[in-house]
Amino acid sequence: MKLAKPALIAGAVLATVGLTGCNESQEKASGISPQLMADSLHIVMDSDRAVYTKKIVNRLAAKEKVIKASEHFEDEKALVLPAQMFRFGAEMVAERAEKNPEINFSYSLQSLWPVNKQNAPKTEAEKTGLKFVADNPGQNYYTEEKLGDTNYFTAIYADTAVAPVCASCHNEHKDSPRTDFKLGDVMGGVVIRIPLES
Amino acid sequence: MSSTPSNLNYWVLWLLLTVALGGYLGFSIIDLSAGGTENTEIFLPGETTHGHHNIEMACTECHTDAFGGKKALQKACMNCHAEELKLADDSHPKSKFTDPRNASTLEKIDARYCVSCHVEHNPDVTQAMGVTLPNDYCFYCHAEVAEDLPDHEGLAFDSCASAGCHNYHDNTALYEDFLIKHLHEPEMKENAQLQPSDIALIAEYTPSYPKEQYPVRPLMGKDHDGPGDTTGDDLIIDHWAASDHARSGVNCTACHTQEPAEGNEAAWVDHPGTGSCQQCHTEQADGFRRGKHGMRPAAGLGLQSPAQARILMHVDSHDKSLTCTTCHSAHSSDIQQAAVEACLGCHEDRHSLNYKQSPHYKLLLAEQQGAARPGSGVSCATCHLPRTTIELSDGNAMLISDHNQNANLRPNEKMVRSVCLQCHGLGFVLDSLADQKLIEANFNGRPAVHIESLEMAERKLADHKQKNPSHDEP
Repeated sequence: MKLAKPALIAGAVLATVGLTGCNESQEKASGISPQLMADSLHIVMDSDRAVYTKKIVNRLAAKEKVIKASEHFEDEKALVLPAQMFRFGAEMVAERAEKNPEINFSYSLQSLWPVNKQNAPKTEAEKTGLKFVADNPGQNYYTEEKLGDTNYFTAIYADTAVAPVCASCHNEHKDSPRTDFKLGDVMGGVVIRIPLES
Repeated sequence: MSSTPSNLNYWVLWLLLTVALGGYLGFSIIDLSAGGTENTEIFLPGETTHGHHNIEMACTECHTDAFGGKKALQKACMNCHAEELKLADDSHPKSKFTDPRNASTLEKIDARYCVSCHVEHNPDVTQAMGVTLPNDYCFYCHAEVAEDLPDHEGLAFDSCASAGCHNYHDNTALYEDFLIKHLHEPEMKENAQLQPSDIALIAEYTPSYPKEQYPVRPLMGKDHDGPGDTTGDDLIIDHWAASDHARSGVNCTACHTQEPAEGNEAAWVDHPGTGSCQQCHTEQADGFRRGKHGMRPAAGLGLQSPAQARILMHVDSHDKSLTCTTCHSAHSSDIQQAAVEACLGCHEDRHSLNYKQSPHYKLLLAEQQGAARPGSGVSCATCHLPRTTIELSDGNAMLISDHNQNANLRPNEKMVRSVCLQCHGLGFVLDSLADQKLIEANFNGRPAVHIESLEMAERKLADHKQKNPSHDEP
C-alpha cells in the first residue's frame, strides 16, 4: 500500500510538526505509513477540539454561564459549537489544500446518531467503521475503499463526549435521534481519508 | 475529372465567401481578445439569463480562459458572487461537497460547480433563479427526508425551493430555529420605523475624506468656493446650501476639481463625472456596479440605459444613461426624489405602477407631511436599496443604503431580514412574498397564499417538548 505522493509529503510534514517537532529529518519521515499519518492527524484534531470543548464551551457556557454556545452563533451572538468548529476547520483545510496540491487528505465528523442527517455514514466503510468504534471502545478502524476513481486509506476514530455539554446538548437537541448520551460515551467518529496511489 | 467553367465560378464564389467569413470571424475574435464588444454578438450561443443579460456582450467576464473548463468558469462566478454567498451563509457551499464521501452524489449532480445547476445560454430550460436543472433536484441528496421529518411525507421535491420554505443558497430567514423565534408575531409591529441612515455623516466617518481641506462644519451659500462668476447659478447655490454636502463642509471644489497633472494646480471642471462622487461614496458606487444599474460599465460595456432592460421601462426614459446623477440631483440632496420619483421615472412594470396606490406610499406621504414618525414611510429605496451596516477601515461602522438593488431581489426571501422584518411579523412577510399577485399590486391587499413552514416548525417543537418535557427550549 502506497500513499499518493502529495499525501505522503503532507503526512510527513504534519506528522513531523504535530508529533515530534522538527527534529526528525523529512527524509526519515517520508517513510510514514498511511495509518501513522492518519493517527498523527487525528491526535492533533482530537486534542484541539477537546481543548475548545472543555476550556471554552463547557467552562463559559455550562459552568460560568457567561455566554451561550449555539448552532446559530452569529444570530445568537454565541460560541460556535465544538462540532461546528471541527467542521469549519475541515472545510478550511480542504480550501487551503486545494490551492496546494502537495497536501491531500480530508476529514469529517460523522455519527450513527447525527443531529444533521447529512452527517450520517454514507459509504460502507463509514457504516462499518462507526459501528466498530462504538462497539469497541479504545480501538480505531482502518480500511481501504474506492470512492469515485480514487482509492483511499480510511481511518475511523471514536468521538467521545469529553465534557458534560457534549452529552447534554445532543440529548436535548430536537433533531437528535438519541437522547441518552453520558460523559465518556462514543457519540460518533472522526473519518480521515488519505488517497493512495493504487 | 476537370471542372467546367460553371463549376469553377462556384468554387471561386465559395472561396471568396469562405475568406470573407473567415476574415470577419477572425477580426471579431481579435476584437474580442482585445476587450472589444462591437462584434461579439455573433458568438452569443443563446439568450442569457435575466441575471447576466446586461453583460452578455462582455464574454470574457465569464469566459476568462478558453481552455479553463468548469474551474475557470467557477472562478468567474465567484469573482462576482462569492461575497453575496458568504453574506447569505450559503447553505450549500462548495466545501460541503469536496469530501470524497460525496463522490457518489457528485456523479449525479456535481454541486461543487455553479454551472452544474446554472448553465447559461439555455433559455429553453432556464427556470426561476437561472436554474437549468429540473426543479426536483433536491431529491438527489434528500430523497429520504420524510423518514426523519414525517410531515414532509408526500411533499413534491419540485416544491422544496419554490414554495417559500427553503432556498438552495440563502436560508437565513427560513431556517427552523429562526422560524421558531418569530412565531406568532403580529402582522404589523408596534412603532415600526427604519433606523436613520448615516448618509449625512459620511464626511465625518470616511477616513480618506480630506478634512483639512474641507473641515466637517456647516457651510452657507455665501461660503461657496465656486468660480467668481456665478451669475445665473443662484439656484444651484441655494440647492447646495440646503444639502447634506453643505451641512458637512463639502464645498464646490471638493467635487468640481479635476485631478491635476503632475506639477499643475487642480483645475475646476463644470461637469465632474461619477469618479467625483466615488471619492466619498465608495460603498454606494461599489454597490451600483454590482447591480443591474451599473454592471455594464463595470464590465466595460458603457453606461446602462433603460432601453436595454428586459423589464418594462417608460419609453421616454429609454435614452437615459444611468449614472449617480440620473437618480440623484447633483446639487440638491433630496433623497426622497432619488428614492421614489427617480425609480418611477423609468420603471413601468405593474409593481412599480401600483406603488402610489400602496399602503407603503401612504406611509411615506404621512411621514413627509409630518403626520407620522420619521422613518415610518416606505419608499422604493426602502425595500430595494435597503440600509445596511458597513465596516469602515478604521473600525467604525456606518448605516448606508446598499446601491446594489438586485442584492435582495431574488429569491425574494433575501429581503425578509434586511427589510420586511423591520416592520412586519415573519408569518405575514412569508405569505406576502409568496403571493405574486400581491407583489404586482405592490402589497395593496392581503396575502392570498399561506406558507406553512412556521406551523410545521411549531408542531415539531411541541412534539419534541411533549416527548422530552425536561428539555429547555432551543
